[in-house]
Amino acid sequence: MVKEIERVGIPVVHICTVVPISLTVGANRIVPAIAIPHPLGNPAMSKEDEKALRRSIVLKALKALETEIHGQTVFEK
Amino acid sequence: MIRVVHYINQFYGGIGGEEKADVKPEIREGVVGPGMALKAALGNEADIIATVICGDSYFNENMEEASAAILEMVKKYNPDLFIAGPAFNAGRYGVACGSICKAVKEKLNIPVVTGMYIENPGVDMFKKDVHIVETANAATGMRQAIPAIAKLAMKLAKNESIGAPQEEGYIPRGVRKNVFKSERGSKRAVDMLVAKLKGEKFETEYPMPDFDRVAPNPPILDIKKAKIALVTSGGIVPKGNPDRIESSSASKYGKYDLTGVNDLTAETYETAHGGYDPTYANIDADRVLPVDVLRDLEKEGVIGELHRYYYATVGNGTSVANAKKFAATFAQELVKDGVQAVILTST
Repeated sequence: MVKEIERVGIPVVHICTVVPISLTVGANRIVPAIAIPHPLGNPAMSKEDEKALRRSIVLKALKALETEIHGQTVFEK
Repeated sequence: MIRVVHYINQFYGGIGGEEKADVKPEIREGVVGPGMALKAALGNEADIIATVICGDSYFNENMEEASAAILEMVKKYNPDLFIAGPAFNAGRYGVACGSICKAVKEKLNIPVVTGMYIENPGVDMFKKDVHIVETANAATGMRQAIPAIAKLAMKLAKNESIGAPQEEGYIPRGVRKNVFKSERGSKRAVDMLVAKLKGEKFETEYPMPDFDRVAPNPPILDIKKAKIALVTSGGIVPKGNPDRIESSSASKYGKYDLTGVNDLTAETYETAHGGYDPTYANIDADRVLPVDVLRDLEKEGVIGELHRYYYATVGNGTSVANAKKFAATFAQELVKDGVQAVILTST
């Protein structure tokens, strides 16, 4: 799906837990997530801390969308 | 006697389904689950002395630690051969089988074999490194997969010469081998061309690799003005799954209106995905589709706006052809709606 979106000219950032799969699939901007059943959350945290964590991942994804890249790039933690 | 260690996931190990996908690796003496049939297929020259069982999510979320721990377990049994799976079209299981086979082959220097469906993401990741027997896409193909895996594994263990992929049933590894043919190359090429012109079947001797890559688009210059859309393969749908998106092998996607939605709650949204433990997403779907945070960022002026619709499907055994078709369709809508960037989340 990332490739088809990228193909029409829209930059796309892939937030995912298993980065090697994303690389294989062909995503260009990749932001690693927390865990498979809760990529943008952590049920062990308080509601506030969890939302702050989610916000930090989304902000990283926005940063990735603003970054010029020349090939597949993983925006590390 | 050829000593074999077998690797399987928590499901085939009888530990549990998705709710147990986070279990750490363990090793048990003898056969477990599909190891029984595998042992029979290997014949009396080999024996499965131990079975490693590991949760699919645990392996994929902790690849380095999991691989290191499993290598230590395997080493203690001093095997001559290592077999993983088969994983069919289970993505995380395939990635686990491929990774651990590669690690065992490199570190313990013994032959390894696994089995997967051609679209399993583990295939593209590991087909060059290890022999992967091509299987059906679901466990209903177990009866065909086991003998094929056993046969190739025994050949490798006995150091016999391995034939071409189509003869032996494994997925091409991109290895070129010199062979003698009775007819010279120019004749074979012309024969192939004639067959092609006649519309007959022919087989190329040098298939071109399929590099389907899309170059990255230029970045967003002013994110404060950008219209951003959310897309997910994590199956987040309005409660009740109005479009009845299938929990695996999805045949459709959904398009849902986020007007007036500031937070996804247990009462309003859920996941339709059958390939991970749904507990956490069902309690708070923002954990997969971060609508709450994007609404905040929209209010604060960090982004221009969150696009009115999000698109969702279930990325669980869904064919590549379907996923491609879904996205090709809604990508056109995104363009028409003036969306400038997409955040796509996957579980």
